[in-house]
Amino acid sequence: MIALALPAQDSGTFTPPGIDQMHLPAILPWGASDGFSKQMLLVILSVVLIASFFIAAARKQQLVPGKLQFAGEMAYGFVRNSIAKDIIGGRDFMKYVPLLFTLFFFILVNNIYGAIPVIQLPSFSHVGGAYVLAAVVYVTWIGIGIKKNGLKYFKLATVPSGVPWFILPIVVPIEIISNFLVRPVTHSLRLFATMMAGHLIVMIAGSGIEFLVMQENVLLKGASVLVLVGAVAMYMLEALIMVLQAYVFTLLTAIYIEGALHADSH
Amino acid sequence: MNQQIISAAAQGAAESANPLVPNVWEMGVVFAGFVVLLYIVVKFVVPMFEKTFAERAEAIEGGIAKAEKAQAEASAALEEYKQQLHDARAEANRIREEARAEGAQILAELKTKAAAESARITEQAYAQIESERQAAVVSLRSEVGTLATTLAERIVGESLSDDERAARVVDRFLADLETQSAGAAK
Repeated sequence: MIALALPAQDSGTFTPPGIDQMHLPAILPWGASDGFSKQMLLVILSVVLIASFFIAAARKQQLVPGKLQFAGEMAYGFVRNSIAKDIIGGRDFMKYVPLLFTLFFFILVNNIYGAIPVIQLPSFSHVGGAYVLAAVVYVTWIGIGIKKNGLKYFKLATVPSGVPWFILPIVVPIEIISNFLVRPVTHSLRLFATMMAGHLIVMIAGSGIEFLVMQENVLLKGASVLVLVGAVAMYMLEALIMVLQAYVFTLLTAIYIEGALHADSH
Repeated sequence: MNQQIISAAAQGAAESANPLVPNVWEMGVVFAGFVVLLYIVVKFVVPMFEKTFAERAEAIEGGIAKAEKAQAEASAALEEYKQQLHDARAEANRIREEARAEGAQILAELKTKAAAESARITEQAYAQIESERQAAVVSLRSEVGTLATTLAERIVGESLSDDERAARVVDRFLADLETQSAGAAK
């Protein structure tokens, strides 16, 4: 972090890249500010990649799997058992496996883009995609809650049982705010913010290295090595966070669905 | 120092669009991509994986069931053989007992039969002896009579040709003899 901070301290001329640089010019029409962007291309590419990989892995359906099928089964089994079955449990979990599976791998691949050289752009470093996914999940779990418990669901979700009546005026508004207002916001912004911050750090480190190497002072040139070391460490951390955020997003989805399914027992 | 970066970034951000305001087209693309992927997953990926899992579970459980069945059959067969062996032993014992009983019975029958036969033979022998004795007595009686008469004729010199009277004399004589011998036998 010291290395990262150096250029800002020293230079009068260095201006770190900001949010503006996160919005690349559109691919089609070329260079326009509002057209078909690299982000969109990557999202579509991710759909093709995930679909083709898993269809190829699942297609053979051998009892003794080959390498590809084994990898696919491991990935599928991870979401199916470690997320859906463990969190939702019981007999109901199979219904939600497709949603959780799609969420996990859609987010995972779109995040990992940020760790691949040249592509180097996590799709969710733009907030729109995160809003969409969080909204899909929001609608889903509220729908499940209403379907399961009827309109009584809103009472079950906001009025905790076993709380003395005089505390209810405080608790109920808190529950409403935390469950129905804050939840989708944090759900989407958590993903967006981590991806954006990671991308921003990569950009700042990259431009910082470039700036320092261009300096005439030898010591400043040498300091770029420090930035590089810091950037590599941050890159590793970011790669971890990319996977982790996909997991967290899916896990929270499973928890919300479970809460909606079993609202009467909470 | 971090704050400097953040403030620098914030300066840049201040001039640009709010990062929390989404691009509607990007949202549309993400939504469409997600829905397409979800459709593919629901329609193809999950069913195929689940089918494979189910088949595998069935294959393993089927193997176990088959092995259990084979074992059950084997133990049933063993039980049956043991039962058969037991039955066969019992049967053999029974046959042996029967044979022994039958042998004893046959022996007893034979003994009875032999005894009866010997009794019958003895009886027959007695009867034959008796009849022969009777015949001997009869022939002796006439012969002795004739001899005695002849002898007496010769001795007395007198013809006792009157057969009827001679026979009467001989009979009386013999009767006397018999009573004498009977008295002697007593």
